[in-house]
Amino acid sequence: MPAAAVERPDFQIVPRAGLPVIAVVLLLLIVAIAVNETWPLMFLHVVAGAAWTIIDLFLGFVIGPILGRLSIPARVELTTRLMPKMVLIMPTVVAATLAAGWQLATKLDYTLTSYHYHGWVVASFIVVGGMAVIALGLLEPANIAVLTEIKKPTPDPEVIQRLMKRFIYTAGATGLMQVATLVIMTRLATG
Amino acid sequence: MSEERRLPPVTQLGMLSLSLIVAAVIYLSAHLPKHVPLGPAIALLSVSGLLLVGNVASLRRAESFAWGRFLEVARWALLAYAIIAGLIEYVFLRNSTSGGPLIVLTLSLVVFALTVPVLIAFTVARYDLAPSARDGST
Repeated sequence: MPAAAVERPDFQIVPRAGLPVIAVVLLLLIVAIAVNETWPLMFLHVVAGAAWTIIDLFLGFVIGPILGRLSIPARVELTTRLMPKMVLIMPTVVAATLAAGWQLATKLDYTLTSYHYHGWVVASFIVVGGMAVIALGLLEPANIAVLTEIKKPTPDPEVIQRLMKRFIYTAGATGLMQVATLVIMTRLATG
Repeated sequence: MSEERRLPPVTQLGMLSLSLIVAAVIYLSAHLPKHVPLGPAIALLSVSGLLLVGNVASLRRAESFAWGRFLEVARWALLAYAIIAGLIEYVFLRNSTSGGPLIVLTLSLVVFALTVPVLIAFTVARYDLAPSARDGST
């Protein structure tokens, strides 16, 4: 069935209703960094980091394979409801995890080269850097491009399929890298 | 899709540019707050910046590229990633990063905040060519 014939729910590529929530999260992040207290920094780092990890693993290994087997109308339905939310959620949780994490690490002296597990901290930078490159360079562009394509009066099914494949593969790749993050973070947490 | 073959490898070069800039930030972060030899970070930043400029320059020569769509997406993406880069810059400032490392970090974040919007806008605009340019596509 050509995608043009598929009924598409009306949607916004960037859901405006979510913008105030994002603004609040970013404001909380700035306040947490400014006051430099351990608990708010830990809270934001753990909550945002857990969200990032869980979403990556869930998208890459649960939703991705399911999405690939759905009929085109069901795929379009799920995509137009799920992916606009990802446009807002993913950059926000990534920014919150990194900013709160760096501030926390600095406060706890984990960034000092004299820290016993500094090698593990640097390893976490490398893994997160790799994930950021994949997420920002491939996954996020594919996410926005597929939504833009679906919004067109006559979407090209081949373009949608190609971009969705890219989205799912990159989500799977970052999901695998998240396992490495879990190993490093649990190692650091247990000392 | 034949129209894609006429476009320069913006995604590949953008990914390389992004990787280099992330490597520069990781290198600096791994040494701070101690003294950091800036040579490797400056080299990574320079190559990354040149790749970004070269990428946009090569794209400017591409025919039938949907510049309207590219700029429409790029300006919103730039706003979003400028906020994210600003947040990261704020964290480094909060921790008294200064001098050469701060300048290199700031420039690295500028390249980052420009590279990601280019990648997003290109990925959207490459599939938004003029109808005449789509003739012969698969």
